[in-house]
Amino acid sequence: MNFWDYLGNRHQQLLTDAYQHASAVFQCMVVATLIGVLIGVLTYRSEWAGNLATTATSTILTIPSLAMIGLLIPVVGLGVAPTVIALTLYGLLPIVRNAIVGLRGVDPSLVDAAKGIGMSRAARLFKVELPIAWPPILTGIRVSTQMLMGIAAIAAYASGPGLGNEIFRGIGSLGSKNALNQVLAGTLGIIVLALLFDAAYVLIGRLTISRGIRV
Amino acid sequence: MSETTAATTSGSTASGADSGAAGTSGATSGATIELENLTKRYPGSHEPAVDSVSMEIKAGETVIFVGPSGCGKSTTLKMINRLIEPTSGRIRIDGEDVTDIDPVKLRRKVGYAIQSSGLFPHMTVAQNIALVPKMIGWGKSRIKSRVEEMLDLVGLDPGEFHGRYPRQLSGGQQQRVGVARALAADPPVLLMDEPFGAVDPITRDHLQDELIRLQHELHKTIVFVTHDFDEAIKLGDRIAVLRERSHIAQFDTPEAILTNPADDFVSGFVGAGAALKRLNLTRVRDVEIADIPTVTVDDPLQTIFDKLRVSGVNELLLLDKRGRPYKWLRRGDLMRAKGSLARAGTLVHDTVTRDATLRDALEAVLTDNAGRVAVTGRRGEYTGVVDMETLMNSVHEMLEADRLDAVEHQHELEEQRAQLTHQEQEGAGYGDPGGAAKA
Repeated sequence: MNFWDYLGNRHQQLLTDAYQHASAVFQCMVVATLIGVLIGVLTYRSEWAGNLATTATSTILTIPSLAMIGLLIPVVGLGVAPTVIALTLYGLLPIVRNAIVGLRGVDPSLVDAAKGIGMSRAARLFKVELPIAWPPILTGIRVSTQMLMGIAAIAAYASGPGLGNEIFRGIGSLGSKNALNQVLAGTLGIIVLALLFDAAYVLIGRLTISRGIRV
Repeated sequence: MSETTAATTSGSTASGADSGAAGTSGATSGATIELENLTKRYPGSHEPAVDSVSMEIKAGETVIFVGPSGCGKSTTLKMINRLIEPTSGRIRIDGEDVTDIDPVKLRRKVGYAIQSSGLFPHMTVAQNIALVPKMIGWGKSRIKSRVEEMLDLVGLDPGEFHGRYPRQLSGGQQQRVGVARALAADPPVLLMDEPFGAVDPITRDHLQDELIRLQHELHKTIVFVTHDFDEAIKLGDRIAVLRERSHIAQFDTPEAILTNPADDFVSGFVGAGAALKRLNLTRVRDVEIADIPTVTVDDPLQTIFDKLRVSGVNELLLLDKRGRPYKWLRRGDLMRAKGSLARAGTLVHDTVTRDATLRDALEAVLTDNAGRVAVTGRRGEYTGVVDMETLMNSVHEMLEADRLDAVEHQHELEEQRAQLTHQEQEGAGYGDPGGAAKA
């Protein structure tokens, strides 16, 4: 059976896997973005807190993903839970780092001006600092998403959802006639998803970054 | 001042005049500001950054803080809207103690313009200007018309500029929008922290003129920080010369500071050429303008010849159809040009208005090859001539008057001092007058 026949036969299963993969990554990205930006907002004004947040999140990233999921299984069990936790944790670093860098990069004289014309702390954050820091934050989200696409494949190890299942099935049955097709289908599926997400981010950037600061 | 308002409104179009009138009639004019022993002490430093500044600023007055860098002038300014919280002392605006009220509420009543404009790059010009009115809850249509009005006020075309982003504007235009934003909610007080520090000299000059015009219309209380003494002289009703830790070395009118600096620090800061700087404080309309014979381009040649011969002067000013200075005609000019007016004489290349400073006039006179400059009215029509002699005479008179003022001032001070000494002597008893005098 060649690859195209394989795709034709299994497209139902593959689409379900792809959908679950995308959905898992998307949901984890939403959570990681909220947590990541929150951490950034809470820590960027203090030198050590900001550095601590960056160091902590980058330490998480150094843990091999397989090991991380392996460590999570005894604590939260198999399935969706370890997948979501691991993906969210991995997704944090680029977002936290870019949020801190972006927020610290806002010209202090602008913050001064915002204060001077009577904007409250919240108004300064939501109307001035975050919109100006948004382009680097969005870049962080993009990088995170690309990374999570790959890491999500490992989730199949913990019986999680997604295209990883396809890859693991293929690896598990190496030598059988569909093994290569399975690995290939899973991998290519992830690449296609990653490209689609990236295109979506370009669109989001167009829609959400003010023309006044777009490069 | 009424003259200036009239000038600006009549000079603009009918619709401009309408909005201008609406703007001035409804506008809040200035409030008094009182600073009482205002002190800022940063943790970990012995000396306070600002040491017990007390000052009263009248409503509608433009006060300039001027001093060397690091003297605390900016800190003092930022304490007025509490961007920097004072360590001790009180701030009163229009009699109301604002030292302990919510700073956000205070700042919405106090306009704030800073160096390099401080415009938010991700918002359009209109959004930037609308910020404060929006925060204090104005309605949409009111904000919209206010934005147009403010752009008009600072000399930018609303249709062209309101949708632009700050980076699409020149430095001078950004600064204008910055001022428009500061004034949008019609605050009685405007704080300006070296607002023109980052623009080129020509634009700065322009912006200063605009600010003077605005202030003539609006009568806000303006506190303006600069390190440029010339800027201070040009803009200030009164100038506070500050030395380190924001100690007030002298707080007086520009004239008084120029002619009678309180001490060596102030005279050092005033710098050389006080007499030249004094020229900035007097306008052409304040001095005697000479009159010279004029002819218009419509006059027949014979009249022109006759005038030249009869009046006994060497020169005539030829005016164009609308009465504006056009050419200088000297005696031989017409002969040499074989009677053709089109070719005779030298074109008038520089004129000054009655609002120009004497310094501008001097500049024009010095660059003119015959040492005189035509003065023009509102629509560019000829009103007279200023020459070197007029300038010299008026400067002499001016300096003499200043000197008399200064002497009188000195006299008063001495009298006061004498009285004090007298009292002290009496208080200390008659036994030791020498010692009391020394004390």
